[in-house]
Amino acid sequence: MSASAAAPGLDPVDRRLLKATQAGLPLVPRPYHALADRLGLAPQEVMDRCERLLARGVLRRIAAVPNHYALGYHANGMTVWDVDDARIDALGERVGALPFVSHCYLRPRVPPAWPYNLFAMVHAETRMEVVERAEEIAGLLGDAARARDILFSTKILKKTGMRLGAE
Amino acid sequence: MDEIDRVLVNRLQAGIPVAERPFAGVAGELGIPEAEVCGRLQRLLDEGTLTRFGPMIDAAALGGAFTLAAMSVPPHDFDRVAAIVNARAEVAHNYRREHAYNMWFVVATERPEAIRAVLAEIETESGYRVLDLPKRREYFVGLRLEATR
Repeated sequence: MSASAAAPGLDPVDRRLLKATQAGLPLVPRPYHALADRLGLAPQEVMDRCERLLARGVLRRIAAVPNHYALGYHANGMTVWDVDDARIDALGERVGALPFVSHCYLRPRVPPAWPYNLFAMVHAETRMEVVERAEEIAGLLGDAARARDILFSTKILKKTGMRLGAE
Repeated sequence: MDEIDRVLVNRLQAGIPVAERPFAGVAGELGIPEAEVCGRLQRLLDEGTLTRFGPMIDAAALGGAFTLAAMSVPPHDFDRVAAIVNARAEVAHNYRREHAYNMWFVVATERPEAIRAVLAEIETESGYRVLDLPKRREYFVGLRLEATR
């Protein structure tokens, strides 16, 4: 893949803008103006570029990222399932639609070390609630699920979001 | 956290607009000055209630890639390996989990082929195998966590 295909339209100024903001947006009433000052750009150009990056999906949003422990979500369970390949897509969509599932992905199995292909993240105040919600998922999957587990997180070791490397 | 903090945390997970004064809307709703919104956000970051406030980059839209990686690390060696993994700029999150696979981290790179190189370097430096579990399909992503107390 060529460099231009790898990063379509991310020009050097976009790159500088993203690198300047990835640790955080300046917390002042006019943050885009503060960025513009720091980067030596016009405020309107900073805002136009941010709009374009949002429109292209390079930025999902400009937002607050909470620490789920601090919000009282002490139990974070990654529920994992070995689901029949013939039925995984229809069932994955249904599991993803459950209101308490925050992320739901299909991933490869790596036998024999890792037999699970469906991942559904469940957050709750207590582990018992996570276990109860996993039972709901199990009910939905029925006999399509051959094996299952729940991996509870015990510590956030790092949470910075994606950073751009030097280029 | 007071009621105003809760509103800020809940509202601002959805994002702020790109505008000359992006905090004006939420400040107006809450009846507080924009500078107070900013001061409260800074305090929520300092206290650890928020882990970040800013743009959220999607590696896939950059033509890059994400993977979820897992390692099985003996407890006596856990901190050393966590330091090796966390030192990589490509590692966006890392969680300790209760399982034989006890370290789970997300690797994001701008070039898809760079994922394998990052994982190989982590294997060499740490001395442990890395399980590479790239996303094949996304059924859902996006719950926002509500601050209720």
